[in-house]
Amino acid sequence: MADPASREDAGTPATANAGRPEREARAAGIARAWLLGWAAVVHEARGRLTDLDAAIGDGDHGINLDRGLTAVAAELSRGHNDNTDERAAALDRPADAAAILGAAGRRIMGTVGGASGALYGRAFVRAGAAVELDGDPDRLPEAALAAAIQSISDLGHAVPGDKTMLDALVPALEALHAGLPGEPIAARVRRAADAAQEGALATVPLLARKGRASYLGERSIGHLDPGAVSSAMLIRCLAEAVERT
Amino acid sequence: MIGLVLVGHSSEVVSGVRAMVRQAAPRVPVEGAGGLSGGRLGTSGIDVASALRRALDAAGGDSLIVLLDLGSAGLAIDIALDELGDNDRARVRVSEAPFVEGAVLAGVAIAGGASIDGVVAAAEAAARTPKLPRDGG
Repeated sequence: MADPASREDAGTPATANAGRPEREARAAGIARAWLLGWAAVVHEARGRLTDLDAAIGDGDHGINLDRGLTAVAAELSRGHNDNTDERAAALDRPADAAAILGAAGRRIMGTVGGASGALYGRAFVRAGAAVELDGDPDRLPEAALAAAIQSISDLGHAVPGDKTMLDALVPALEALHAGLPGEPIAARVRRAADAAQEGALATVPLLARKGRASYLGERSIGHLDPGAVSSAMLIRCLAEAVERT
Repeated sequence: MIGLVLVGHSSEVVSGVRAMVRQAAPRVPVEGAGGLSGGRLGTSGIDVASALRRALDAAGGDSLIVLLDLGSAGLAIDIALDELGDNDRARVRVSEAPFVEGAVLAGVAIAGGASIDGVVAAAEAAARTPKLPRDGG
């Protein structure tokens, strides 16, 4: 935990000041708690996510995402040392937030499969790179989310309204940006999580324009987008990680 | 020599297509990224990036043609291209050609010494090549 005094210089670039190790440890703690929390929530909801996907996709979203996140969580929590697999090498060390997010992204890319594995995987890799540039834990949510959204838009060529993950993630980032002066980061991320949830629910009447669901055309209308739902879970877990770390 | 890279959801499909190319064009370098660990279906940008790097090395400065099956294979290729440097990326041509027929025709065109444009054109012609025997065909 960073003490209040060390937070005061949070706006300056990371230099060799007294608060830096604490801030780095807190950022790493948020990243770990975020991933572990999301893994647990997706595991719990895997059946529901798969059912949502069966309605408009290929019915594997929950199972696939759960498989990849279970692998990420296992490495994060037991710190196993599997040197034969460099993809996970950073997950077993009490590393910095950037390394944790980047390694998790690579693991997701290699285990989840399908569009969601590519999209979430690279989103985490890019989030890790963004967080590396700015080690401030209070700016981690915004930096990570902005990088993730950019990555998903670039790779998927989707825009909000296409009935995708972005329909949850973009409102979340907007809510983060719209923070009130002096509002604690935990409160801002909580508002972002609420916005993500509303965004996900608002995908029901949308016509899918990307991925397998777009093959259904008009029949995709009337269903929640499973990617938006798992993305809303992602932001809810970020809020909980920030609050508890 | 121009190299061929196959990106698909199933390791069996990728190795099967590779075997078909080898039969038609034994000396053409073919790399593949198919399926996920544990024999599961899917594509991984990381595996595609490794396949591209192996193929670029084997091609010795020449270009690559990349063929893909469907869905997320295209995303995985985009991720992999992102990881390459500009010079390497400029040597890679991703084609919409049919996966099986395009691979065999690309292999034959490579073996015949075609340019990369010629190889891509040969592979993409597979989409318009009749498969059923016809009278007078």
